[in-house]
Amino acid sequence: MKHKKAKKYGMVIDLDKCTGCGSCMVACMAENNVPFRKDESDKLLSITWMRIYKLTNGKPFPNTDICYLPRPCMHCEGQHEGHSPCVTVCPAIATDYSSETGIVSQIYTRCFGCRYCMASCPYHARYFNWWDPVWPDGMEKYLSPNVSPRMRGVVEKCSFCFHRYQMAKEKAFMEGRRKVEEDEYQTACTQACPAGAITFGDLNNPNHTVYRMVKPDPKHHGRPTNPNAFRLLERLGTNPKVYYLSSREWIRRAGDNYLKSESIAKKPAHHE
Amino acid sequence: MSALDDNAKEIAEDAGGEGVATSSPEINQKEQDNRSEGPIILFFILGLFASLILGWIIFPKLLYSKKKQPIDFNHVLHVAEVEDGCESCHFFREDGTYSGVPKLEQCIDCHEEIQGDSPDEIKFVEEYVSKGREVPWLIYSRQPDSVFFSHAAHVKVAGMDCVTCHGHIGESESLKIYEENRITGYSRDIWGKSIGGFKKNTWDRMKMDDCAECHRKNTAKIERAGVKTPTNRLIDHFIDVVYPGTSKFGKGSSVQTERDACFVCHK
Repeated sequence: MKHKKAKKYGMVIDLDKCTGCGSCMVACMAENNVPFRKDESDKLLSITWMRIYKLTNGKPFPNTDICYLPRPCMHCEGQHEGHSPCVTVCPAIATDYSSETGIVSQIYTRCFGCRYCMASCPYHARYFNWWDPVWPDGMEKYLSPNVSPRMRGVVEKCSFCFHRYQMAKEKAFMEGRRKVEEDEYQTACTQACPAGAITFGDLNNPNHTVYRMVKPDPKHHGRPTNPNAFRLLERLGTNPKVYYLSSREWIRRAGDNYLKSESIAKKPAHHE
Repeated sequence: MSALDDNAKEIAEDAGGEGVATSSPEINQKEQDNRSEGPIILFFILGLFASLILGWIIFPKLLYSKKKQPIDFNHVLHVAEVEDGCESCHFFREDGTYSGVPKLEQCIDCHEEIQGDSPDEIKFVEEYVSKGREVPWLIYSRQPDSVFFSHAAHVKVAGMDCVTCHGHIGESESLKIYEENRITGYSRDIWGKSIGGFKKNTWDRMKMDDCAECHRKNTAKIERAGVKTPTNRLIDHFIDVVYPGTSKFGKGSSVQTERDACFVCHK
Protein backbone atom coordinates (compact mmCIF):
# COMPACT_ATOMS: atom_id res chain seq x y z
CA MET A 1 0.00 0.00 0.00
CA LYS A 2 2.77 2.33 0.98
CA HIS A 3 4.72 1.56 -2.16
CA LYS A 4 1.87 2.24 -4.49
CA LYS A 5 1.16 5.63 -3.01
CA ALA A 6 4.79 6.62 -2.49
CA LYS A 7 5.70 10.04 -3.75
CA LYS A 8 8.99 11.13 -5.13
CA TYR A 9 9.33 14.85 -4.86
CA GLY A 10 11.68 16.38 -7.35
CA MET A 11 12.59 19.61 -9.05
CA VAL A 12 13.13 20.66 -12.63
CA ILE A 13 15.21 23.77 -13.29
CA ASP A 14 15.10 25.29 -16.76
CA LEU A 15 18.55 26.76 -17.29
CA ASP A 16 17.43 28.56 -20.44
CA LYS A 17 15.05 30.60 -18.29
CA CYS A 18 17.34 31.21 -15.31
CA THR A 19 18.74 34.73 -15.28
CA GLY A 20 20.96 34.21 -12.25
CA CYS A 21 19.15 36.91 -10.29
CA GLY A 22 19.52 35.07 -6.99
CA SER A 23 15.89 35.35 -5.85
CA CYS A 24 15.82 31.67 -5.08
CA MET A 25 18.86 31.99 -2.81
CA VAL A 26 17.34 34.90 -0.91
CA ALA A 27 13.93 33.24 -0.59
CA CYS A 28 15.57 30.06 0.63
CA MET A 29 17.63 31.81 3.29
CA ALA A 30 14.62 33.72 4.58
CA GLU A 31 12.37 30.68 4.55
CA ASN A 32 14.74 28.32 6.29
CA ASN A 33 16.40 30.57 8.89
CA VAL A 34 19.76 30.07 7.22
CA PRO A 35 22.41 31.79 9.34
CA PHE A 36 24.80 34.37 7.94
CA ARG A 37 27.72 36.33 9.33
CA LYS A 38 28.68 39.96 9.30
CA ASP A 39 31.50 39.24 6.89
CA GLU A 40 30.50 36.79 4.20
CA SER A 41 33.49 37.43 1.97
CA ASP A 42 34.84 33.92 2.47
CA LYS A 43 32.37 32.02 0.35
CA LEU A 44 33.76 28.67 1.43
CA LEU A 45 32.23 29.26 4.84
CA SER A 46 28.93 30.70 3.63
CA ILE A 47 25.87 28.56 4.14
CA THR A 48 23.66 28.53 1.06
CA TRP A 49 21.14 25.73 0.77
CA MET A 50 20.44 26.98 -2.71
CA ARG A 51 23.48 28.26 -4.56
CA ILE A 52 23.85 29.67 -8.04
CA TYR A 53 26.91 28.72 -10.04
CA LYS A 54 28.06 30.51 -13.15
CA LEU A 55 29.15 28.39 -16.09
CA THR A 56 30.87 29.63 -19.23
CA ASN A 57 31.65 27.81 -22.43
CA GLY A 58 35.20 29.20 -22.33
CA LYS A 59 35.09 30.59 -25.86
CA PRO A 60 36.35 34.05 -26.88
CA PHE A 61 34.08 37.02 -27.48
CA PRO A 62 31.72 36.49 -30.34
CA ASN A 63 30.96 32.94 -29.30
CA THR A 64 31.10 33.34 -25.55
CA ASP A 65 28.10 32.09 -23.65
CA ILE A 66 27.24 31.89 -19.98
CA CYS A 67 24.71 30.01 -17.93
CA TYR A 68 23.60 30.24 -14.32
CA LEU A 69 22.97 26.99 -12.53
CA PRO A 70 21.00 26.97 -9.26
CA ARG A 71 21.99 24.04 -7.09
CA PRO A 72 19.76 22.86 -4.21
CA CYS A 73 20.23 19.49 -2.50
CA MET A 74 19.72 16.81 -5.15
CA HIS A 75 17.91 14.44 -2.78
CA CYS A 76 19.66 11.51 -4.45
CA GLU A 77 17.84 8.23 -4.61
CA GLY A 78 20.97 6.20 -5.26
CA GLN A 79 21.14 2.77 -6.82
CA HIS A 80 18.26 1.61 -4.71
CA GLU A 81 15.82 3.57 -2.61
CA GLY A 82 17.68 5.49 0.07
CA HIS A 83 21.16 4.64 -1.14
CA SER A 84 22.11 8.32 -1.20
CA PRO A 85 25.81 9.08 -0.70
CA CYS A 86 25.19 11.03 2.49
CA VAL A 87 22.55 8.76 4.03
CA THR A 88 24.64 5.63 3.75
CA VAL A 89 27.67 7.13 5.48
CA CYS A 90 25.99 8.92 8.39
CA PRO A 91 27.11 7.21 11.60
CA ALA A 92 24.46 8.95 13.70
CA ILE A 93 21.34 8.28 11.57
CA ALA A 94 21.01 12.05 11.52
CA THR A 95 20.24 12.01 7.84
CA ASP A 96 17.59 9.74 6.50
CA TYR A 97 15.72 8.95 3.30
CA SER A 98 11.96 8.74 3.36
CA SER A 99 10.44 6.17 1.06
CA GLU A 100 7.15 8.02 1.36
CA THR A 101 8.32 11.34 -0.09
CA GLY A 102 11.81 10.60 -1.40
CA ILE A 103 13.20 13.46 0.64
CA VAL A 104 16.59 13.26 2.32
CA SER A 105 16.09 14.66 5.79
CA GLN A 106 18.62 16.13 8.19
CA ILE A 107 17.91 16.16 11.91
CA TYR A 108 20.12 18.82 13.44
CA THR A 109 19.77 17.70 17.03
CA ARG A 110 20.83 14.24 16.03
CA CYS A 111 23.89 15.30 14.03
CA PHE A 112 27.18 15.42 15.89
CA GLY A 113 29.11 17.15 13.17
CA CYS A 114 31.55 14.53 11.86
CA ARG A 115 31.00 15.91 8.33
CA TYR A 116 31.31 12.53 6.67
CA CYS A 117 28.18 13.37 4.69
CA MET A 118 29.80 16.56 3.42
CA ALA A 119 32.76 14.58 2.19
CA SER A 120 30.54 12.06 0.46
CA CYS A 121 28.20 14.56 -1.20
CA PRO A 122 29.38 15.06 -4.78
CA TYR A 123 27.31 18.23 -5.13
CA HIS A 124 28.66 20.25 -2.18
CA ALA A 125 25.08 20.64 -1.05
CA ARG A 126 25.85 20.22 2.63
CA TYR A 127 27.16 22.91 4.91
CA PHE A 128 28.72 22.93 8.33
CA ASN A 129 27.86 25.40 11.07
CA TRP A 130 31.21 26.61 12.33
CA TRP A 131 29.50 29.08 14.67
CA ASP A 132 26.22 29.48 16.46
CA PRO A 133 23.97 31.73 14.41
CA VAL A 134 24.04 35.37 15.45
CA TRP A 135 21.01 37.26 14.21
CA PRO A 136 21.05 41.05 13.90
CA ASP A 137 19.10 42.82 16.65
CA GLY A 138 15.40 42.10 16.43
CA MET A 139 15.69 39.59 13.61
CA GLU A 140 14.97 36.67 15.89
CA LYS A 141 11.35 37.75 15.86
CA TYR A 142 11.27 37.33 12.11
CA LEU A 143 12.60 33.79 11.99
CA SER A 144 10.25 31.13 10.71
CA PRO A 145 8.82 29.09 13.60
CA ASN A 146 8.34 26.16 11.24
CA VAL A 147 12.04 25.52 10.68
CA SER A 148 14.25 24.80 13.65
CA PRO A 149 17.39 26.93 13.79
CA ARG A 150 20.70 25.13 13.80
CA MET A 151 23.40 25.26 16.41
CA ARG A 152 27.17 25.27 16.11
CA GLY A 153 28.72 21.98 15.08
CA VAL A 154 26.00 20.46 12.91
CA VAL A 155 25.52 19.97 9.20
CA GLU A 156 22.59 21.44 7.34
CA LYS A 157 21.22 21.34 3.82
CA CYS A 158 18.19 21.96 1.66
CA SER A 159 15.13 20.04 2.81
CA PHE A 160 12.89 20.78 -0.20
CA CYS A 161 11.07 23.05 2.31
CA PHE A 162 9.74 19.97 3.99
CA HIS A 163 7.93 22.01 6.64
CA ARG A 164 5.67 23.25 3.87
CA TYR A 165 4.68 19.66 3.19
CA GLN A 166 3.94 19.21 6.87
CA MET A 167 1.79 22.34 6.88
CA ALA A 168 0.02 21.32 3.68
CA LYS A 169 -0.72 17.93 5.16
CA GLU A 170 -2.14 19.51 8.30
CA LYS A 171 -4.44 21.63 6.19
CA ALA A 172 -5.52 18.61 4.15
CA PHE A 173 -6.26 16.66 7.34
CA MET A 174 -8.34 19.55 8.61
CA GLU A 175 -10.40 19.47 5.43
CA GLY A 176 -10.80 15.70 5.67
CA ARG A 177 -8.39 14.87 2.86
CA ARG A 178 -5.33 12.65 2.93
CA LYS A 179 -3.82 13.90 -0.32
CA VAL A 180 -1.70 16.99 -0.78
CA GLU A 181 -2.26 18.66 -4.14
CA GLU A 182 0.58 19.80 -6.38
CA ASP A 183 0.07 23.50 -5.75
CA GLU A 184 -0.27 23.07 -1.99
CA TYR A 185 3.31 21.98 -1.57
CA GLN A 186 5.81 24.13 -3.40
CA THR A 187 9.26 25.13 -2.24
CA ALA A 188 10.19 28.73 -1.45
CA CYS A 189 12.67 28.93 -4.36
CA THR A 190 10.06 27.69 -6.82
CA GLN A 191 7.64 30.39 -5.80
CA ALA A 192 10.29 33.10 -5.68
CA CYS A 193 11.76 32.54 -9.14
CA PRO A 194 10.62 35.53 -11.24
CA ALA A 195 11.47 33.74 -14.48
CA GLY A 196 9.51 30.62 -13.58
CA ALA A 197 12.60 28.51 -14.16
CA ILE A 198 12.00 26.20 -11.22
CA THR A 199 9.22 23.61 -11.16
CA PHE A 200 8.53 21.34 -8.24
CA GLY A 201 6.30 18.31 -7.83
CA ASP A 202 5.93 14.57 -7.58
CA LEU A 203 8.00 12.65 -10.12
CA ASN A 204 5.86 9.56 -9.60
CA ASN A 205 2.69 11.35 -10.58
CA PRO A 206 2.12 11.65 -14.36
CA ASN A 207 -0.23 14.58 -13.75
CA HIS A 208 2.44 16.72 -12.17
CA THR A 209 4.32 19.22 -14.32
CA VAL A 210 7.74 17.92 -13.32
CA TYR A 211 6.86 14.48 -14.63
CA ARG A 212 5.63 15.85 -17.92
CA MET A 213 8.74 18.01 -18.32
CA VAL A 214 11.39 15.33 -17.94
CA LYS A 215 9.48 12.04 -18.36
CA PRO A 216 11.63 10.05 -15.94
CA ASP A 217 12.38 6.49 -16.96
CA PRO A 218 11.51 4.24 -14.01
CA LYS A 219 13.58 1.38 -15.45
CA HIS A 220 16.75 3.47 -15.19
CA HIS A 221 16.26 5.11 -11.79
CA GLY A 222 14.34 8.02 -13.23
CA ARG A 223 16.84 9.01 -15.90
CA PRO A 224 15.18 11.70 -18.01
CA THR A 225 13.87 10.69 -21.42
CA ASN A 226 13.46 14.29 -22.53
CA PRO A 227 16.60 14.88 -24.65
CA ASN A 228 17.01 18.39 -23.24
CA ALA A 229 16.94 17.22 -19.65
CA PHE A 230 19.94 16.06 -17.67
CA ARG A 231 21.04 15.48 -14.12
CA LEU A 232 24.32 16.53 -12.53
CA LEU A 233 27.00 13.83 -12.51
CA GLU A 234 24.56 11.36 -14.01
CA ARG A 235 27.20 8.68 -14.38
CA LEU A 236 28.00 8.54 -10.68
CA GLY A 237 24.75 6.69 -10.20
CA THR A 238 23.51 8.94 -7.43
CA ASN A 239 20.21 9.38 -9.29
CA PRO A 240 19.39 12.91 -8.18
CA LYS A 241 15.80 14.14 -8.09
CA VAL A 242 16.78 17.55 -9.40
CA TYR A 243 16.69 17.75 -13.19
CA TYR A 244 18.02 20.50 -15.40
CA LEU A 245 16.70 21.51 -18.79
CA SER A 246 18.72 23.22 -21.47
CA SER A 247 18.53 23.49 -25.23
CA ARG A 248 22.28 24.23 -25.40
CA GLU A 249 24.51 21.22 -25.71
CA TRP A 250 27.58 22.67 -23.98
CA ILE A 251 25.51 23.13 -20.83
CA ARG A 252 24.23 19.58 -20.95
CA ARG A 253 27.82 18.43 -21.40
CA ALA A 254 28.85 20.48 -18.38
CA GLY A 255 26.57 18.35 -16.24
CA ASP A 256 29.10 15.54 -16.06
CA ASN A 257 32.79 14.94 -16.77
CA TYR A 258 32.56 13.93 -20.40
CA LEU A 259 35.67 13.34 -22.45
CA LYS A 260 36.16 15.54 -25.51
CA SER A 261 35.58 12.65 -27.87
CA GLU A 262 32.60 11.38 -25.93
CA SER A 263 29.07 12.11 -27.02
CA ILE A 264 26.44 12.56 -24.34
CA ALA A 265 23.65 11.40 -26.59
CA LYS A 266 24.76 7.81 -26.13
CA LYS A 267 24.51 8.05 -22.36
CA PRO A 268 27.01 5.39 -21.39
CA ALA A 269 25.31 5.12 -18.06
CA HIS A 270 25.52 3.10 -14.96
CA HIS A 271 23.79 -0.15 -15.80
CA GLU A 272 23.18 -2.82 -13.29
CA MET B 1 71.43 -7.95 26.60
CA SER B 2 73.35 -7.16 29.73
CA ALA B 3 70.74 -4.59 30.76
CA LEU B 4 68.00 -7.18 30.43
CA ASP B 5 69.94 -9.61 32.51
CA ASP B 6 70.46 -7.00 35.20
CA ASN B 7 66.78 -6.25 35.29
CA ALA B 8 65.89 -9.88 35.63
CA LYS B 9 68.37 -10.28 38.44
CA GLU B 10 66.97 -7.27 40.31
CA ILE B 11 63.44 -8.56 40.04
CA ALA B 12 64.48 -11.96 41.29
CA GLU B 13 66.27 -10.39 44.22
CA ASP B 14 63.31 -8.20 45.10
CA ALA B 15 60.96 -11.13 45.09
CA GLY B 16 63.33 -13.22 47.15
CA GLY B 17 63.94 -10.41 49.62
CA GLU B 18 60.25 -9.81 50.20
CA GLY B 19 59.59 -13.49 50.60
CA VAL B 20 62.14 -13.63 53.36
CA ALA B 21 60.86 -10.52 55.10
CA THR B 22 57.18 -11.50 55.18
CA SER B 23 57.56 -15.14 56.01
CA SER B 24 58.12 -14.69 59.77
CA PRO B 25 55.59 -12.00 60.91
CA GLU B 26 52.87 -13.35 58.57
CA ILE B 27 50.37 -13.89 61.36
CA ASN B 28 50.70 -10.34 62.68
CA GLN B 29 50.08 -8.90 59.25
CA LYS B 30 46.87 -10.92 58.85
CA GLU B 31 45.48 -9.68 62.14
CA GLN B 32 46.22 -6.13 61.12
CA ASP B 33 44.37 -6.66 57.83
CA ASN B 34 41.28 -7.90 59.64
CA ARG B 35 41.26 -4.91 61.92
CA SER B 36 41.41 -2.35 59.07
CA GLU B 37 38.83 -4.05 56.79
CA GLY B 38 35.77 -3.07 58.84
CA PRO B 39 35.96 0.72 58.51
CA ILE B 40 36.85 0.46 54.83
CA ILE B 41 33.78 -1.65 54.03
CA LEU B 42 31.60 0.63 56.12
CA PHE B 43 33.02 3.62 54.29
CA PHE B 44 32.11 2.13 50.93
CA ILE B 45 28.61 1.14 52.05
CA LEU B 46 27.99 4.61 53.43
CA GLY B 47 29.43 6.10 50.26
CA LEU B 48 27.14 3.96 48.12
CA PHE B 49 24.06 5.03 50.05
CA ALA B 50 25.15 8.63 50.07
CA SER B 51 25.60 8.67 46.31
CA LEU B 52 22.32 6.83 45.76
CA ILE B 53 20.48 9.36 47.86
CA LEU B 54 22.31 12.19 46.16
CA GLY B 55 21.57 10.86 42.69
CA TRP B 56 17.98 9.73 43.13
CA ILE B 57 16.58 12.23 45.59
CA ILE B 58 18.71 15.33 46.06
CA PHE B 59 19.89 15.86 42.49
CA PRO B 60 16.42 15.61 40.92
CA LYS B 61 15.17 18.11 43.52
CA LEU B 62 17.96 20.51 42.69
CA LEU B 63 17.59 19.94 38.96
CA TYR B 64 14.06 21.29 38.77
CA SER B 65 13.08 24.77 39.82
CA LYS B 66 9.50 25.21 40.94
CA LYS B 67 7.53 27.99 39.36
CA LYS B 68 3.96 29.10 39.94
CA GLN B 69 1.73 29.97 37.01
CA PRO B 70 0.98 33.70 36.82
CA ILE B 71 -2.69 32.98 37.48
CA ASP B 72 -4.34 29.87 38.80
CA PHE B 73 -6.86 28.37 36.38
CA ASN B 74 -9.75 26.09 37.19
CA HIS B 75 -10.39 23.70 34.31
CA VAL B 76 -13.44 22.04 35.89
CA LEU B 77 -15.24 25.33 36.27
CA HIS B 78 -14.60 26.33 32.68
CA VAL B 79 -15.38 22.96 31.10
CA ALA B 80 -18.79 23.08 32.85
CA GLU B 81 -19.48 26.52 31.37
CA VAL B 82 -18.50 25.92 27.74
CA GLU B 83 -20.28 23.83 25.14
CA ASP B 84 -17.63 22.04 23.08
CA GLY B 85 -15.40 20.71 25.84
CA CYS B 86 -11.67 21.14 25.27
CA GLU B 87 -12.15 22.41 21.73
CA SER B 88 -13.99 25.52 22.93
CA CYS B 89 -10.71 27.12 23.95
CA HIS B 90 -8.07 24.80 22.48
CA PHE B 91 -9.24 24.77 18.90
CA PHE B 92 -8.00 24.10 15.37
CA ARG B 93 -7.50 26.98 13.01
CA GLU B 94 -8.78 26.71 9.46
CA ASP B 95 -5.33 26.01 8.05
CA GLY B 96 -5.00 22.94 10.28
CA THR B 97 -2.68 24.48 12.84
CA TYR B 98 -3.57 24.21 16.47
CA SER B 99 -4.18 27.16 18.77
CA GLY B 100 -2.72 25.54 21.89
CA VAL B 101 -2.92 27.76 24.93
CA PRO B 102 -5.69 30.35 24.49
CA LYS B 103 -4.77 33.96 23.94
CA LEU B 104 -6.34 36.90 25.72
CA GLU B 105 -8.64 37.37 22.75
CA GLN B 106 -10.63 34.26 23.61
CA CYS B 107 -10.76 34.94 27.35
CA ILE B 108 -12.05 38.47 26.82
CA ASP B 109 -15.32 37.14 25.40
CA CYS B 110 -16.43 36.33 28.95
CA HIS B 111 -13.91 38.07 31.17
CA GLU B 112 -14.18 41.65 29.97
CA GLU B 113 -15.34 42.44 33.49
CA ILE B 114 -14.89 40.63 36.77
CA GLN B 115 -17.56 37.94 37.07
CA GLY B 116 -16.95 36.16 40.33
CA ASP B 117 -15.06 36.81 43.49
CA SER B 118 -12.01 34.61 42.95
CA PRO B 119 -8.80 36.55 43.65
CA ASP B 120 -7.17 34.98 40.58
CA GLU B 121 -9.90 36.25 38.30
CA ILE B 122 -9.66 39.72 39.79
CA LYS B 123 -5.91 39.64 39.21
CA PHE B 124 -6.47 38.39 35.67
CA VAL B 125 -8.88 41.14 34.74
CA GLU B 126 -6.96 43.92 36.45
CA GLU B 127 -3.46 43.03 35.38
CA TYR B 128 -3.97 41.48 31.98
CA VAL B 129 -7.41 42.14 30.48
CA SER B 130 -7.64 45.83 31.28
CA LYS B 131 -4.02 46.42 30.28
CA GLY B 132 -4.29 44.28 27.15
CA ARG B 133 -1.32 42.11 28.12
CA GLU B 134 -1.02 38.44 27.29
CA VAL B 135 -0.69 36.10 30.24
CA PRO B 136 2.80 34.57 30.27
CA TRP B 137 1.56 31.00 30.83
CA LEU B 138 4.18 28.39 31.53
CA ILE B 139 3.48 25.58 29.09
CA TYR B 140 3.85 22.09 30.52
CA SER B 141 4.04 20.34 27.16
CA ARG B 142 6.39 22.68 25.29
CA GLN B 143 8.61 20.65 22.99
CA PRO B 144 12.07 21.46 21.60
CA ASP B 145 12.35 23.48 18.40
CA SER B 146 13.26 20.46 16.34
CA VAL B 147 9.95 18.75 17.04
CA PHE B 148 7.08 18.96 14.61
CA PHE B 149 3.83 17.86 16.15
CA SER B 150 0.61 17.95 14.20
CA HIS B 151 -2.48 18.00 16.36
CA ALA B 152 -4.56 17.62 13.20
CA ALA B 153 -2.89 14.32 12.29
CA HIS B 154 -3.44 12.87 15.75
CA VAL B 155 -6.87 14.22 16.59
CA LYS B 156 -8.58 14.57 13.21
CA VAL B 157 -7.06 11.60 11.38
CA ALA B 158 -6.04 9.12 14.06
CA GLY B 159 -8.99 10.08 16.27
CA MET B 160 -6.99 10.24 19.48
CA ASP B 161 -8.35 12.03 22.50
CA CYS B 162 -6.63 14.76 24.50
CA VAL B 163 -6.22 12.55 27.57
CA THR B 164 -3.86 10.08 25.87
CA CYS B 165 -1.05 12.62 25.87
CA HIS B 166 -2.17 15.38 28.23
CA GLY B 167 -3.75 13.34 31.01
CA HIS B 168 -6.82 14.43 32.93
CA ILE B 169 -5.89 18.08 32.96
CA GLY B 170 -9.47 19.02 32.10
CA GLU B 171 -10.57 17.69 35.47
CA SER B 172 -8.11 19.74 37.50
CA GLU B 173 -9.30 22.51 39.78
CA SER B 174 -6.03 24.36 39.91
CA LEU B 175 -2.84 24.46 37.91
CA LYS B 176 0.02 22.43 39.25
CA ILE B 177 3.46 23.81 39.98
CA TYR B 178 5.54 24.16 36.83
CA GLU B 179 8.86 22.42 37.31
CA GLU B 180 11.54 23.66 34.97
CA ASN B 181 14.71 21.75 34.27
CA ARG B 182 17.48 24.18 35.18
CA ILE B 183 19.83 22.78 32.56
CA THR B 184 17.59 22.30 29.53
CA GLY B 185 14.80 24.73 30.37
CA TYR B 186 12.11 22.17 29.55
CA SER B 187 9.18 21.28 31.74
CA ARG B 188 9.36 18.21 33.94
CA ASP B 189 6.29 16.87 32.19
CA ILE B 190 8.54 16.06 29.23
CA TRP B 191 10.87 13.81 31.22
CA GLY B 192 8.15 12.65 33.57
CA LYS B 193 7.89 12.58 37.33
CA SER B 194 9.72 9.31 37.65
CA ILE B 195 13.45 9.89 37.51
CA GLY B 196 13.98 6.22 36.74
CA GLY B 197 11.87 6.62 33.62
CA PHE B 198 9.05 4.31 34.68
CA LYS B 199 5.77 5.00 33.05
CA LYS B 200 2.35 4.00 34.29
CA ASN B 201 0.10 6.05 32.03
CA THR B 202 0.47 7.15 28.42
CA TRP B 203 0.53 10.79 29.55
CA ASP B 204 3.32 10.42 32.11
CA ARG B 205 6.04 11.47 29.70
CA MET B 206 6.43 13.29 26.39
CA LYS B 207 9.84 12.20 25.20
CA MET B 208 10.77 11.00 21.73
CA ASP B 209 10.64 7.42 22.96
CA ASP B 210 7.01 7.89 23.91
CA CYS B 211 6.13 9.14 20.43
CA ALA B 212 8.15 6.33 18.88
CA GLU B 213 6.52 3.68 21.02
CA CYS B 214 3.06 4.52 19.73
CA HIS B 215 4.24 5.18 16.19
CA ARG B 216 5.91 1.81 15.98
CA LYS B 217 2.76 0.03 17.10
CA ASN B 218 0.58 1.95 14.71
CA THR B 219 2.88 1.70 11.71
CA ALA B 220 2.47 -2.04 12.01
CA LYS B 221 -1.28 -1.65 12.33
CA ILE B 222 -1.58 0.59 9.29
CA GLU B 223 0.59 -1.74 7.23
CA ARG B 224 -1.51 -4.73 8.18
CA ALA B 225 -4.69 -2.95 7.20
CA GLY B 226 -3.18 -2.01 3.85
CA VAL B 227 -2.33 -5.53 2.75
CA LYS B 228 -5.08 -6.61 0.43
CA THR B 229 -6.23 -10.13 1.19
CA PRO B 230 -6.19 -12.14 4.40
CA THR B 231 -3.98 -14.73 2.65
CA ASN B 232 -1.39 -12.09 1.79
CA ARG B 233 -1.54 -10.83 5.31
CA LEU B 234 -0.94 -14.33 6.65
CA ILE B 235 1.97 -14.97 4.28
CA ASP B 236 3.52 -11.62 5.19
CA HIS B 237 3.15 -12.33 8.85
CA PHE B 238 4.60 -15.81 8.40
CA ILE B 239 7.65 -14.45 6.56
CA ASP B 240 8.15 -11.93 9.32
CA VAL B 241 8.13 -14.64 11.95
CA VAL B 242 10.46 -16.99 10.10
CA TYR B 243 12.83 -14.40 8.67
CA PRO B 244 12.49 -11.35 10.91
CA GLY B 245 13.30 -8.11 9.21
CA THR B 246 13.06 -9.35 5.65
CA SER B 247 9.44 -8.57 4.84
CA LYS B 248 7.98 -5.11 4.50
CA PHE B 249 5.62 -6.01 7.31
CA GLY B 250 5.20 -3.24 9.83
CA LYS B 251 7.95 -1.09 8.42
CA GLY B 252 7.82 2.67 8.32
CA SER B 253 8.99 5.00 5.59
CA SER B 254 12.46 5.60 6.99
CA VAL B 255 15.09 3.78 4.99
CA GLN B 256 17.60 3.98 7.85
CA THR B 257 15.49 2.97 10.83
CA GLU B 258 12.53 1.24 9.14
CA ARG B 259 10.28 3.24 11.41
CA ASP B 260 8.40 6.35 10.37
CA ALA B 261 10.77 8.72 8.57
CA CYS B 262 12.53 11.35 10.71
CA PHE B 263 10.76 14.23 8.97
CA VAL B 264 7.41 12.91 10.14
CA CYS B 265 8.00 14.32 13.62
CA HIS B 266 10.99 16.62 13.09
CA LYS B 267 11.46 19.88 11.34
